[in-house]
Amino acid sequence: MANTAGHPESPHGAPDGTRRDFMFLATGAGLAVGAGALAWPFVASMAPDAETIAAGAPLEVDLTPIQEGQIVNVFWRGKLIFVRNRTEKEVKEASEVKLADLIDPQADSARVKQGHAKWLVVYGNCTHLGCVPIGHQGQYEGWSCPCHGSLYDTSGRVRRGPAPSNLPIPPYVFESDSKIRIGEEGGKAVA
Amino acid sequence: MKTTRLLPASLLAAVMSVSAAHAEDEHGAPHPPREKWSFAGIFGRFDQAQLQRGFQVYKEVCSSCHSMSLVRFRNLAEAGGPGFSAGQVKELAAQYKVKEQNDAGEDVDRPARAADAFPSPFPNEKAAAAANGGKAPPDFSVLAKARTYERGFPLFVIDAMPFVGYSEQGVDYIHALLNGYEDPPAGKEIPTGTYYNKYYAGHLIAMPKPISDGQVTYAKNDKGEPVVPETTEQYSHDVAAFMAWAAEPHMMARKALGLRVILFLLVLSGLLYYVKKKIWAKVGGEVHGLQPELHKTY
Amino acid sequence: MSAHGNTYVPKSALAKWFESRLPLIGLVHSSFVSFPVPRNLNYFWTFGAILIAMLVSQIVTGIWLAMHYDPSAANAFNSVEHIMRDVNYGWLLRYMHANGASMFFVAVYVHIFRALYYGSYKAPREVLYILGVIIYLLMMATAFLGYTLPWGQMSFWGATVITSILGAIPVVGETIQSLLWGGYSVGSPTLNRFFSLHYLLPFMITGVVVLHVWALHVTGQNNPAGIPIKSGKDAVAFTPYATVKDVFASVVFFAFFAYWIFYQPNYLGHADNYVPANPAVTPAHIVPEWYFLPFYAILRAVPDKLGGVILMFSAVLILALAPWLDTSRVRSCNYRPIYRQFFWLFLVVCVLLGWLGAKPPEGGYVIAARICTAYYFLHFLLVMPLVGLFETPKALPGSILETVTGPGKQVSGSGMPIGAAAAPSSKG
Repeated sequence: MANTAGHPESPHGAPDGTRRDFMFLATGAGLAVGAGALAWPFVASMAPDAETIAAGAPLEVDLTPIQEGQIVNVFWRGKLIFVRNRTEKEVKEASEVKLADLIDPQADSARVKQGHAKWLVVYGNCTHLGCVPIGHQGQYEGWSCPCHGSLYDTSGRVRRGPAPSNLPIPPYVFESDSKIRIGEEGGKAVA
Repeated sequence: MKTTRLLPASLLAAVMSVSAAHAEDEHGAPHPPREKWSFAGIFGRFDQAQLQRGFQVYKEVCSSCHSMSLVRFRNLAEAGGPGFSAGQVKELAAQYKVKEQNDAGEDVDRPARAADAFPSPFPNEKAAAAANGGKAPPDFSVLAKARTYERGFPLFVIDAMPFVGYSEQGVDYIHALLNGYEDPPAGKEIPTGTYYNKYYAGHLIAMPKPISDGQVTYAKNDKGEPVVPETTEQYSHDVAAFMAWAAEPHMMARKALGLRVILFLLVLSGLLYYVKKKIWAKVGGEVHGLQPELHKTY
Repeated sequence: MSAHGNTYVPKSALAKWFESRLPLIGLVHSSFVSFPVPRNLNYFWTFGAILIAMLVSQIVTGIWLAMHYDPSAANAFNSVEHIMRDVNYGWLLRYMHANGASMFFVAVYVHIFRALYYGSYKAPREVLYILGVIIYLLMMATAFLGYTLPWGQMSFWGATVITSILGAIPVVGETIQSLLWGGYSVGSPTLNRFFSLHYLLPFMITGVVVLHVWALHVTGQNNPAGIPIKSGKDAVAFTPYATVKDVFASVVFFAFFAYWIFYQPNYLGHADNYVPANPAVTPAHIVPEWYFLPFYAILRAVPDKLGGVILMFSAVLILALAPWLDTSRVRSCNYRPIYRQFFWLFLVVCVLLGWLGAKPPEGGYVIAARICTAYYFLHFLLVMPLVGLFETPKALPGSILETVTGPGKQVSGSGMPIGAAAAPSSKG
C-alpha cells in the first residue's frame, strides 16, 4: 500500500490496475459484509427472548378436576388449548364418522393418545382466522366458531367451512392417567 | 505555533494536577486495593470454577439477607457463566419454593423452576428494611456495576484506554469491603447497629462482618485436598467474581464479539484508506487538466 | 459558488417520466454527487458525515430498544435489565445506544470547534450555523430525556435537579415544573412523558439536519483557507472524492465507537445509575453526563439559583451570536495569529469547565469555575469583537488550489497524494 501511494500513474490505466480493481472490489465487499453483519443483531433481537423461551417450558395439567363433558382452557406459550373430557357418546360419534365425509380427513384415533380416548387436547383457535370457537355448539356438538360459522365435531375436526383444516393437536404426553404435560414429545421438551 | 499552545496546556496541567494527589475520596475512605481478576481486560474470561464457588458463597452466606432478583436459575446453565448443567439447575431450583396462584385464586407454594428468579429472602422491600435496622440490604443483581470508586486525574484517563484500561472498580470495592472490617480508631464512637469498615463511605456500615475464614466448605479435588484456601480473602474474591458475572452475564460474548468487530473495522478502514488514496490520486492528474470533464459544470 | 446546476440527466424513459414529476434523483445528484467540494478540506470536515451516521445509529438502536422497554416507574429499570440479559443481542443494542449518545457528542464537539476555528459561522453561513446551534440544543434535550429512561438513581435525581432548574423561572416556573412532572414530584407520569418526548425529538433533529444540509448546499462548504471556490480547479466533485473520504472517516470513527461499546461500555455512564431510582436517597455526587459538565460548572459558578440558570442558558445561546460578535473579515484562524491563541485558550477553558463540573462545588473549584465562566463569556463579548478590529491577519492565499499546490506553481500531481496535501492546513 505504501509503495503505491507515491507511484506515478498514467491516466489511461495504471500499471497496478488489476490490483487496484481487486482492492476496490474487496472494499465494496467489506462494506456490504459489514452492513449485513450489523443488521443481524437487530433482526435477532426481534426473535423470542430468553425469558419468553424459558416461560414456554412444558406445562403440566392435572386432569382430575375436569368433569366428564367439560372443556377446560389452558394456555401454553400464550396459545389457547382446549382440554376436553369427552363423554362416551361423544367418543363414539367421533370415531364412527366416515373419513370420506370429512373436509380434512383424519381418524379420531389419530387425534388422541392411545388408551386415553376420552381426552381430547387441541389448540383453541379456529383454523380459519384465529377466533375462539364455542364448545358444545353447532350441528356436530363439538365447536362452533362465532366469527364465520365454521363447525367442528367432538374430535375437533372441521365439518363445515370456511375453516380449511382440523383444530391442530399440540405436542403433549400423558405423565400418568390423570396428568398430561403439554410441550413435550418423545420424552423431550419441544424447541 | 508551539508557544501558542504552551500556555493553555500548562494551565490545564496545573489545575488538574491539584486533584491527582488525592488518594482518598471525599468521604475519607481509602481506595480499595486493585485486585487481579480473570475477567479484566480485553481478553478477560470468567473462571468457571470461581463462579461456582462464588455462587456457593452467595447461596450459603449472602442470600440469607441479600436478594438477587434479576438472576434466574436458568442463567446458571447459560454460556459464559458458572457452567452448571441443565439438570443441576433443575435440581437446585427445586430446593426453593415460589408462590403461585392456583385456580381458586389462592397463593400456594410450588417448587421453583429453571425459569424462576432467585427467590428473595424477604417478601418485599419493607420487610427487608424492617428486619435489618431500617435499611434493606441491597439487591445483588447489578451491584458489581453499581459500586465504584474514583481514581482521579490522570488515572481515570488511563483506565479508559485499550490494554492498560481497567473497569473492575466495582469488584475491587466489594472485595475490599468484605475484608475491611477492623477495630475502630481509638476514641471513635460506634453507634449501636453499626460496624466499623475501613472501605465503607463514612466507615459506619449496618452490615456486621458477614463472612469469616472456614465458614464455607468448598468441594475438594480428586485427592481430597482443598483446591483453594477457605479464607475470607478467597471467599470475597469468589463471590465478587460471581457478582460480576451476575451483573453482566454476557460479558464474555461481548468481549469476544468486540475483538472481531474492531479487527474487521480496522481492516476495512485500511482498505478504504487505500481506495481513498487511489481516488484522490486522480485529482493530481486533474491539476494537469487530464480530467477536464470533472468540473465542466462549474 | 452556487453556480453548480443540476447535472443529472435521466437516461431511461421511466426515470425521465419520474424526474419530470418529482426531481428527486436530480436533487440527490446535485447535493451528493456533483456538488463541488473545496479540495483542501481536512479530516475535520468529515465529522458532518460522521454525525449523520451517529444520528441514524441512535435512531435505529432507539427504535429497537423501544420494542423491549417499559416506560413505567415500576418496570423501567427491570425492563432495561431484561434487555441486557434476555433479549438476543439486547446488551449490544443498549450499549450502542448509551455509548452512541456520548460518541454523538464527541463528534458534535469536534464539529462545533472546527466551525469556530475556521470561522464557518461567518457570512454567508449564519443561518447554516444557527441551525447547527439549534440541533445542538435539541441534542442536549434528547440526551437529558434519554438518560432518565433507565430509571436508576442518576436518572431520577438528574430529572429532579434539572426540572428544579425550571422552577427558578419567575412567576410561571412552578407551573411549568408541574406540567413537566405530571404530579407533585418526578414520578411515573414524568418518566412516561419523557419517553414520549425522547422518541419525538430525534425526528425533530432530523428535520433541522435536513435544513442544515440544505443551507450548506446553498452557501457551499467553508474550508481551511476560509476563501471561496473561485474556479473548478479549487473543487472536486462530492462523489467520489468527499464520499470515499467520509466513508473512510466514519469507519474509523465506528472502530473507536466499537471500543467503548465492547470494552468500556459503562465508563462514560455512572455506577449510581445501576441502583434503582429511590426518592428517599440522593447519590453522593449528582453529576450530569460528561457532555453537559461545562454548562453544569457554569450553573454552579453562580451563587444565585435564577442567575445560574440564566447564565447556563446564555452560555449555549451566545454561540448563536458568534457571526455578529466576530468582527474579523478573515474566517480561518490559520490566518489570524492573535485570535488563534484566544481560540486555543477558549478550548482549554471549555475543557477545564468540564472537569470542574465533575468536581464538588467547594473551595478552589468554585473560584476556578468562576474564572473560567468569566472567560467563557468574555471570549464572545470582548475577545471576538476587539481582536477582529485590531488584529492584522496574514495574507490570504490567492485560491484554494494555491493552498494545495503552493503559490503560483502548477505542481505536478505525480508522486504526491494530493488528498494528503491538504493536511498542512489542519495543523492550525
